[in-house]
Amino acid sequence: MTEAGQLQRKDILGLEELSRQEIELILQTAQSMTEVLQRTIKQVPTLRGRTVLNLFYEPSTRTKGSFDLACKYMSCGTISVSKASSSLVKGESLRDTVRNIEVMGPEAIIMRHPSPGAPHYLARMVSSSVINAGDGAHEHPTQGLLDLLTIQQHKGGFEGLEVAIIGDILHSRVARSDIWGLNKLGARVTVCGPASLLPPVMDQFDCRVTTDVEEAVRGVDVIYVLRVQSERQQQSFFPSLREYHRLYGIDVRRLALADSDALLMHPGPMNRGIEITTDVADGPQSVILQQVPNGVAVRMALLYLLLGGG
Amino acid sequence: MTDEFVVKATIMDDAAIERALVRIAHEIVERNKGVEDVVLIGIRRRGVPLAERLAAYISEFEGVSVPTGELDITLYRDDLTLRHDRPVVHETNVPFDVTGRVVVLVDDVLFTGRTIRAAMDALVDFGRPSAIQLTVLIDRGHRELPIRPDFVGKNVPTSRSELVEVKVPPVDSTHDYQVVIMEKAEGVE
Repeated sequence: MTEAGQLQRKDILGLEELSRQEIELILQTAQSMTEVLQRTIKQVPTLRGRTVLNLFYEPSTRTKGSFDLACKYMSCGTISVSKASSSLVKGESLRDTVRNIEVMGPEAIIMRHPSPGAPHYLARMVSSSVINAGDGAHEHPTQGLLDLLTIQQHKGGFEGLEVAIIGDILHSRVARSDIWGLNKLGARVTVCGPASLLPPVMDQFDCRVTTDVEEAVRGVDVIYVLRVQSERQQQSFFPSLREYHRLYGIDVRRLALADSDALLMHPGPMNRGIEITTDVADGPQSVILQQVPNGVAVRMALLYLLLGGG
Repeated sequence: MTDEFVVKATIMDDAAIERALVRIAHEIVERNKGVEDVVLIGIRRRGVPLAERLAAYISEFEGVSVPTGELDITLYRDDLTLRHDRPVVHETNVPFDVTGRVVVLVDDVLFTGRTIRAAMDALVDFGRPSAIQLTVLIDRGHRELPIRPDFVGKNVPTSRSELVEVKVPPVDSTHDYQVVIMEKAEGVE
């Protein structure tokens, strides 16, 4: 008679694998968690005695901080291993690191890794739950879910919603997770960026592709601006940051082409003055700072859904 | 699971429930000598409409409105690791400060007392009530914790194997409030 809030899986590796029902359950649970975040005492006792291992092979501020907070608010213990401080620098293979950690018995492992598929490899090796915190340019499911939660809070639903994702689609795990999720929930996606930063094949996704930013944003309900990964600038994907800004930067004029209630989103960290101007980033349509607490709520929801039962 | 159970008896119909709730509303006012510091918090899900109905009666008799809130106790349950399913976490909504107030918790059925333990744990995370009182529509016995209700609609002796179901609109698709006892169907073990 209790509603069964089950995820039929051990791991959260990407939005590609999740069903629409599973995504909706995660969003519903995360929405309930946002209330916990507004309390004076934000800690609930749900996961007392559980342990989560943070395994970060790539730098991260907000994702790692957000997972840490989510663990603390759910009362589970955490241990963190980052690349610089781990035996990886002594030449230990991932397999050996993980085997050693697994016998310490964490119930979940949160992994960020530069190689696509690394968390999938890990998930096959261990009995613990694995949450992908970003694997190369493949997926970043918790970012995708927090983006969906933010959109749902403002727009109520996804059916028929028009979303434009602007920027470096080729290297963006955020874009991939977002597109999978938006497709499954019934939104229509347009991706836009310089031709050199668009994947050669987009057939697996249901989305429109354009290199014309004004065409991309016209009338849309959500503009999602991706970070220019300026570390890739040396590889000459586009001529200059200045030109990028001129052709693809979102400013007041381009934002005005979208629906008047359109949301402006960005996964952070922002390069102000390049992909986004300061006046729109801090403007009334920006929900960028709401994405961050929603990230904590989504991660609390996943910890509950993966570790909350017997 | 419900399929294996059949209705054994209707214990309270809509009219009986209304009389019980009206009486409890009066008792809450009487016990607290008014409702100045009283707030009602329903435990999701069926405690919520019950709390709202009690608040409506109190405002009818006393001419003051009593704040009501909704408490979801899922994150405070002590049986999560024992269950195979995972209850859905619903939103808690306590839009007022509970510190210094008399919080009347409202639930449909009092059984083992474990839900109330969880509710009290959740509640003290919101502040320090001057007192917590407990209202239930049905007390069916079989307590596993030292918890007792302050206001009871009806005491119903049951066996552990029976189920007590309270049907409450809009949680259940029904027009009338109703309390039934269910037992295992013959030949089903």
